[in-house]
Amino acid sequence: MKMWTQTLAGATMAVALSFTSVAVLAETPANMLVVANRIDDITTMDPAQSFEFAGSDVNQNIYGKLVNFDPLDFDKGYVPDLAESWVVSEDGMSITFTMREGVKFQSGNPVTAPDAEWSLRRAVILNKTPAFILTQFGFTPENVAETIKADGNTLTIKTDKRYATSFVLNCLTATIGSIVDMKTAMEHEVDGDMGNAWLATNSAGSGPYTLVGWKPNESVTLQANPDYYGGAPAMERVIVRHVAESASQRLLLEAGDIDVARNLNPEDIAGVRNAAGIVVQEELKGRLMYLGLNQTHPVLSKPQVRQAFKYLVDYEGMQNSFLNGQYTTHQNFLPKTYLGASTENPFSLNIEKAKELLAEAGVENLEIEVGVREAQERIEIAQSFQNTAAQAGIKVNITVGTGKQILDRYRARELDMSLEAWGPDYPDPQTNAGTFAYNPDNSLEAKATGLLAWRLAWDTDGLTPLTEAAVTEVDRDKRIAMYQEIQAKFRETSPFVIMFQQIEQDGVRDNVKNFTTGEAIGSADYSKVVKE
Amino acid sequence: MTSANHEGGARQRASLPLWVTASIKTLGSIAVTMLGLVFITFIIGRVMPIDPVLAIVGERASQSTYDAVYYQLGLDKPVIVQFGYYVWDVMRGDFGMSLLNARPVAEDIARVFPATLELATLGVCFGIVLGVPLGVVAAVRKGSWIDQLARVVALVGYSMPIFWLGLMGLLVFYGILGWVGGPGRVGIFYEDVVPSVTGMILVDSILDRNWTVLKDAFSHIVLPASLLGYYSLAYISRMTRSFMLEQMSAEYITTARVKGMSEWDVVWKHAFRNIRVQLITVIALSYAGLLEGSVLTEIIFSWPGIGSYITTALLSADMNAVLGGTVVVGLIFILLNIFSDLLYKVFDPRAR
Repeated sequence: MKMWTQTLAGATMAVALSFTSVAVLAETPANMLVVANRIDDITTMDPAQSFEFAGSDVNQNIYGKLVNFDPLDFDKGYVPDLAESWVVSEDGMSITFTMREGVKFQSGNPVTAPDAEWSLRRAVILNKTPAFILTQFGFTPENVAETIKADGNTLTIKTDKRYATSFVLNCLTATIGSIVDMKTAMEHEVDGDMGNAWLATNSAGSGPYTLVGWKPNESVTLQANPDYYGGAPAMERVIVRHVAESASQRLLLEAGDIDVARNLNPEDIAGVRNAAGIVVQEELKGRLMYLGLNQTHPVLSKPQVRQAFKYLVDYEGMQNSFLNGQYTTHQNFLPKTYLGASTENPFSLNIEKAKELLAEAGVENLEIEVGVREAQERIEIAQSFQNTAAQAGIKVNITVGTGKQILDRYRARELDMSLEAWGPDYPDPQTNAGTFAYNPDNSLEAKATGLLAWRLAWDTDGLTPLTEAAVTEVDRDKRIAMYQEIQAKFRETSPFVIMFQQIEQDGVRDNVKNFTTGEAIGSADYSKVVKE
Repeated sequence: MTSANHEGGARQRASLPLWVTASIKTLGSIAVTMLGLVFITFIIGRVMPIDPVLAIVGERASQSTYDAVYYQLGLDKPVIVQFGYYVWDVMRGDFGMSLLNARPVAEDIARVFPATLELATLGVCFGIVLGVPLGVVAAVRKGSWIDQLARVVALVGYSMPIFWLGLMGLLVFYGILGWVGGPGRVGIFYEDVVPSVTGMILVDSILDRNWTVLKDAFSHIVLPASLLGYYSLAYISRMTRSFMLEQMSAEYITTARVKGMSEWDVVWKHAFRNIRVQLITVIALSYAGLLEGSVLTEIIFSWPGIGSYITTALLSADMNAVLGGTVVVGLIFILLNIFSDLLYKVFDPRAR
């Protein structure tokens, strides 16, 4: 017996010895920022192509733009970046930017107006997914030589018609507005790709950081640009590590191995809220959660039914239970913090009111199908709605499917209702107004599948011309008033039941200051971060 | 003359060395299996309700952008033609470009596979070192407390969710005790410190003689490897016990004991020798399972291995990456099978 015990003990010892005690460092170095985030959505680092959240966060720190947001004060709106000033022509169709003198790219090349010209032209010519942000102003590969022109130290862009200056400039703060080092990129051009393949994994910007490396689904490493015109960042190195699991992010944060955890679930947020050395930082993001009522449905298209459904959502109950701080009630198509966003939330759960409206519309024994993508929070929202709708005598059948299955049916106007999320494409109210409240041709043949109003077969009840007018209004205050008016009408008449706006809750070490994820309109910025 | 030559040729063919014909058969078998694997995966990829074009351009892209990518991917061609092109490329070692990150799939696999390889190898070593002795002792002392312990260890190994066990392991050994490194292959301070030669950080740090990185990398791998090893141990120990029980009841064991042979020799020199071939199969299967990548373990420990690579690719409709990963995993299974067959011949003269 002793012999066998010894055999087993020997084997156990061999393995146990492998557990070497390794001292874990209590915190990251003072000049290094380590962020845990899900970065598996990054497909490229080329600013003319990048259109994902994690990619935008990286590019925000690599590239300068003509105009940009102040990461410490987003309320200021766009401010000069590589362009130190601009002038709008009398007819409102041209904007001439004067480039900032003495700024250099990370390569050492000077940032010039021809670089800006080439970068914007390139984005239009390559015509990758985010190109629409620029081409909506009438720029085409054929006309960019005339519409985007450098002259000495100035760059002039000429739009196809008069637009609100704030609209154009807000769009230039998007990633696609990044100014690329033409000389460096063209040195790596392959088959006329204007450096697209090379820039997918390399950087050629003038921003506060340089891309050191990107390992897909693993990490992104940035090195501070000591010659950044805005001053060398305090964080000399930034490492964004892909950590998919919330619990793993929490453990790393608590152990001090990372400074910021960006994907903590409500349970882990609650867990770290009172932990020593950690603060929970909340920022409103642009993502909205909504229910869409298909207007080809004979019952759902009745105005009273649209109204009734807005009283059948338990906004507060969901916000305070399973959505638990990750979403806040918001009933307008412009996310809070956007120019002109309304904060009015007139609807709350009111079964009796909904019943009255349904009775007024002569609705009885209604049975509808709601399409939901297979994501936990969406399914739970759908189930909550199913429950409250049942109290008003409406039977809701939930169809759960993959993104493609649900999206295909939504685009084909096949679903009675869809539970969807929408995030803005660029930081201007037109990004959402132009899809929720704009639908110039509601016919099936128009196939305007990119417009949410078209997907619901809603002709916008007269909001389309108002939206068109708002996008050309030069006076900022008047423009804000116009969006307020559109949102008020939209709330009352539209077939969209907008319910929630996302809040990002991050766990941050308490010695880290000035970290921002960019709120609803921007992207994460590391250039102002300091450690105390 | 012609006839004589012909006969000579026939004799020559007939007299081909046995190993040559065996090799040809093996290679043929590999080719057919791989072709079948690629075909099935390819078809599944095409019928899945995920749109690879949408995955690339996003749902807000214009119809013209969508169409451009659709044609660029060759999706307008008949499926069989697409399959033909794909097989031709794979035969040349080209798995295509990742649809999402526009990098060669072969490069991505070369980056993630070594991470899985070192994790699985360490895991299976753990399983063998503990599992085999535990199984042998449990069989020899059937019904004793050691046998009961082995049963409980195996039962827990089989039934405990790896997700939970991994998180608990991290919480205790990393979060509370601080004995091991946290998620990731290496601490952030040691990222890219040693040059990548094999892609396996343990090996690369030894080659670079960087003992600090080696120690740090080891502290990161020991927990996930132990976790995988524990599941491997559960399987190996139960199978070892079963094989040993069969041998221990055989007549030759009784004869050996009657002849006065020591119990150690009876067990290790007689009974254990006879289960080696079966054990090889069990260990090879266990190893192959680990090499396939343990997705949950990789996710919890932020381990950029092939399991999470294929899963992420699948969820993102990156079919080139899925196909490339599947082909590599399939090839590993086949190679391990061949390796097992070779070992049979080493340990069992009847198989030669």
